[in-house]
Amino acid sequence: MTQKYLIPLTAVFLLFLVAYTGAGAGLGWFFGIVVPYLAVLAFLVGFVVKVMGWTASAVPFRIPTTCGQQKSLPWIKQNPIDNPDTSSGVFVRMLLEIFAFRSLFRNTKAAFNRNASNRIIYSWEIFLWVAALAFHYAFLVVVLRHFRFFTAPVPGAVQFLEALDGIVQVGLPGLFLSGVVLPAAALFLLARRLFDAKVKYMSRASDYFPLFLILGIAATGISMRYFTKVDVTGIKEMTMGLVTFSPVIPDGIGGLFYGHLFLVSILFAYFPASKLMHLGGVFLSPTRNMANNTRARRHINPWNYDVPIHTYEEYEDHFRDKMIEAGLPVDKKE
Amino acid sequence: MTNKWIVTGLAVFVLAVLSPFWFNMVTTTQAAPEPELLGPAKEARKCVLDKYEMRANHMSLLDEWRDAVVRDADRIYVAANGKSFHMSLSTGENSCLGCHEDKEKFCDSCHTYTSVNPYCWECHTNPKEIE
Repeated sequence: MTQKYLIPLTAVFLLFLVAYTGAGAGLGWFFGIVVPYLAVLAFLVGFVVKVMGWTASAVPFRIPTTCGQQKSLPWIKQNPIDNPDTSSGVFVRMLLEIFAFRSLFRNTKAAFNRNASNRIIYSWEIFLWVAALAFHYAFLVVVLRHFRFFTAPVPGAVQFLEALDGIVQVGLPGLFLSGVVLPAAALFLLARRLFDAKVKYMSRASDYFPLFLILGIAATGISMRYFTKVDVTGIKEMTMGLVTFSPVIPDGIGGLFYGHLFLVSILFAYFPASKLMHLGGVFLSPTRNMANNTRARRHINPWNYDVPIHTYEEYEDHFRDKMIEAGLPVDKKE
Repeated sequence: MTNKWIVTGLAVFVLAVLSPFWFNMVTTTQAAPEPELLGPAKEARKCVLDKYEMRANHMSLLDEWRDAVVRDADRIYVAANGKSFHMSLSTGENSCLGCHEDKEKFCDSCHTYTSVNPYCWECHTNPKEIE
């Protein structure tokens, strides 16, 4: 079991070291220019190919999972969000799914009762939902805050977000709340896989690798901001060079930044091939994005072809004589 | 979901991912500030720390200075190059702004460029503004 997480952990360390030492050995142009461009290209092409592949796959029937009362008789109250029969209900359901992770909110855990009965007990387990929500929103804030490196002058919205994120005004440079919440939540999600035997049993290297990668990115980023410090103006000169297609490698940026950038590039390039594609996949969940109206409307399988059928009338026409002879009842007697 | 919606969503996503690229094409992009030594700093040519260390670490240095002055009344900083400086942001000849006279160029140009909003100036004033 240990290799399931030790190999991804070692991989992230090695990837960091490759960029850290490589940039120090004069390969700054490779890790600072070539790799980021390739990573963005791989991300976009991979993402589009993957989603178009899903688009091409068949969803012939309505298969929504129902989490509430279906629309039926007028005096039975329907749950229009958890069992929607209209597209507006589906829209609300998807909105809540995407922004509030409603399915995760229903997470339960199974455990044996500790008393003599030893019965299996299912109980509500909310912490996966809490950590997932904290993690995703903190990550979103971190990504949006990074727009300060890709825009000049920096838009007011990004500055406002920075002010909001740094509202506690602790330390110097000021502490960002997302910088605390993101690693804390990611560590909880990791601890869950490491210490909960049932989750650990079904965790693979591809579950641990993104977690370690994101933790590595967070650790290097936090280190650059709060502890080891980097020349931010120099770095912005470089990132602006990348997004305006006139790449430059300024002096004095340091290996830590290249390590950070390389891990981010790996995350981008790896994204379409990984479980992280739930970013696109959540929109295409057939169990969530379809209206449950199979009783109200007839859905015909779109690729049904004409099957030569043999109706009972034809059957009787064919065998009538023999049926009468054998004393079997027939609809039409000659 | 119909394919039309999926392709539309995908197009929006691709545009959002590429936003740093096209945003800089449709708006005018401010160039990186060129550091420039002016006035007394130009003649002295010796700062508190090395160039890149100063660029990366000045906020921590100022934070340490503030604590040293306020808590220990320790007002003189002896730099690695042997020179001593007055641990002050804006008071006197031997302070930061005493030597680097132009706050606009010395502080604000980089801070604005990288969207850094230091709260130094909530208490301190630029000596130039008082006159």
